[in-house]
Amino acid sequence: MSILVDEKTRLIVQGITGREGQFHTEQCMKYGTTVVGGVTPNKGGQTVLDNVPVFNTVQEAATKTKANATMIFVPPAFAADAILEAADAGIALIICIAEGIPTSDMIEVDKYLKGTDCRLVGPNCPGVISPGKAKIGIMPAHIHKKGNVGIISRSGTLTYEAVGQLTALGIGQSTCVGIGGDPIIGTSFIDALGLFQKDRGTKAICMIGEIGGSAEDEAAYFIKKNVTKPVVGFIAGQTAPPGRRMGHAGAIISGGQGTAEEKMKTMKKCGIKVVKSPADLGKTIEKVL
Amino acid sequence: MKIHEYQAKEILAKYNVAVPNGILVNDASEAQAAARKLGTSVVVVKAQIHAGGRGKGGGVKLAKSPEEAEKYASDILGMTLVTHQTGPEGRLVKKVLVEEGMPIERELYLGIVVDRQTSRVLIMASEEGGMEIEEVAEKTPEKIFKEVIDPVIGVKPYLARKIAFALNLEGDHLKKMVPFIINLYNCFVKEDLDMLEINPLVTTSDGRVLALDAKVNIDDNAMYRHKDTQEYRDLDEEDPLEVEASKFHLNYIKLDGNIACMVNGAGLAMATMDIIKHSGGEPANFLDVGGGANEEMIENGFRILLSDPNVKAIFINIFGGILRCDILARGVVAAAKNLAVKVPIVVRMEGTNMEEGHAILKESGMNFVIGNGMKDGARKVVKAIQ
Repeated sequence: MSILVDEKTRLIVQGITGREGQFHTEQCMKYGTTVVGGVTPNKGGQTVLDNVPVFNTVQEAATKTKANATMIFVPPAFAADAILEAADAGIALIICIAEGIPTSDMIEVDKYLKGTDCRLVGPNCPGVISPGKAKIGIMPAHIHKKGNVGIISRSGTLTYEAVGQLTALGIGQSTCVGIGGDPIIGTSFIDALGLFQKDRGTKAICMIGEIGGSAEDEAAYFIKKNVTKPVVGFIAGQTAPPGRRMGHAGAIISGGQGTAEEKMKTMKKCGIKVVKSPADLGKTIEKVL
Repeated sequence: MKIHEYQAKEILAKYNVAVPNGILVNDASEAQAAARKLGTSVVVVKAQIHAGGRGKGGGVKLAKSPEEAEKYASDILGMTLVTHQTGPEGRLVKKVLVEEGMPIERELYLGIVVDRQTSRVLIMASEEGGMEIEEVAEKTPEKIFKEVIDPVIGVKPYLARKIAFALNLEGDHLKKMVPFIINLYNCFVKEDLDMLEINPLVTTSDGRVLALDAKVNIDDNAMYRHKDTQEYRDLDEEDPLEVEASKFHLNYIKLDGNIACMVNGAGLAMATMDIIKHSGGEPANFLDVGGGANEEMIENGFRILLSDPNVKAIFINIFGGILRCDILARGVVAAAKNLAVKVPIVVRMEGTNMEEGHAILKESGMNFVIGNGMKDGARKVVKAIQ
């Protein structure tokens, strides 16, 4: 089994007619994801790729295609609006790839989403893939393999690194969730951990965090209390200087808070197998399986 | 984006947040006239750099006459100010703010930040003004009063009163504090700030409350909708190599080591720095070339890495997703040739079009060292400089 994304996923793509939107929609379709439509305002009525209908509004797309998921590929200045539109139309799973959304926009989005049943993944994330079933996102599909390790990560390429190591060892993944590198995100480590704990297809969990904030600490305490499956963890940025934003908007040690050392300590204390070197992720997961 | 105190106060004044009158001075000879114009018996001369702890470092002086103001301005302008935030190399002071003196009664603290745990704006207030808030939080957390703000209603008078009462304010101070807090919050939201810290916030014996100091960070992601504050960027406060990198949309941060690295993706870039350290080396930088890197960006990246005289070797660590290994390899070969790179280059490539990428490196006839995986690459690059 898997979480969030599978054969039953019916995907629409917001921003499907843009260069990136179209490219990645095609990649998702090639992997087997059911793409039922796209949304670009003022381009309704057209079709793209292999006869995928384009609609003017998410509401219209949702009504006509019975979509249950959306992937958002619009520029950051319009992305918060796109998330709100999807939520307003009742799309259950909203995956926002866009990087660079102003924090104040996300505060508003977060407030609105808390009053709905919609789940947001991201923004500033590679998306979600359940190998062998479907992918919604920009990750290179061919490095994945169907299996029973669940991965949750704040980073894109570092997730690929972990996946690559696992696949090379012959170990597959149930679902890989990129939760995103921004300070305010939809699905948190805790949300994804809860889903993996319940998923019968997941036997072990790999959690990849980074400096900044306290999400990993909160996740560690949640694991101690609620997760019985083995968890392997890594924190990127052990050598990052304080007060500097390391690429991701959320990756910053501020006022001495959110260091890798501190997070790794809490995670160890809560029973997570913490690896110091990112090269040891695969091997360590192999051991706990 | 960080801005100067005088710029922060300009923004605050637009939102009717009370700040002392002040005049920015670039040359010591202007300080005397500035002090006379302000007309108070005492003026404060404050160094303008992007770092805290200026007072302890000798960058803030109380002048009792306009002549004294000029003397202090000439002392401070041109000095290399070292504080706990500047690092040992310090920062050259190019501007000072001359401000009216205040009949200060109490020094308080007010900070506004984005709280990641609740995804809300958080206001923090404390009676322990003038101290580092991190220190207060660690030693006496009970002395910090916190209010999480609902984005729909914002800060209403009742909430501002609650904070003012928590600071034990009364009379005129209480009355003035309520609009002060409301205006401050509105400024935070409308100007897309990341962080706004008033430390100290002072009450005066003549019944006023004012922002005596102001520290403001603006959300980089929101800069596109604030054309006026974009002009506040001060390139003198940034590392020249980082400024250069930002022109090419490269995410570069200079560090102190001697092994340069070029990586795609922020998480992998941090992890690459980590593994260099674990392998016994010291990373010279953080560099994320991103998913859409082309040959030109890679060459520019190389140029920036090599402009750091400490660099003794380069480690390229790429997990190709959107960024294809063949494109990267072509960029690396072209850059190494065009820039006549003399230091060893270790390349670790995996992912999309990895075979083509390796073939291009091999056919170039150049002496690239190939890393099989991250660990092997890191080990080889550390060995290369020994």
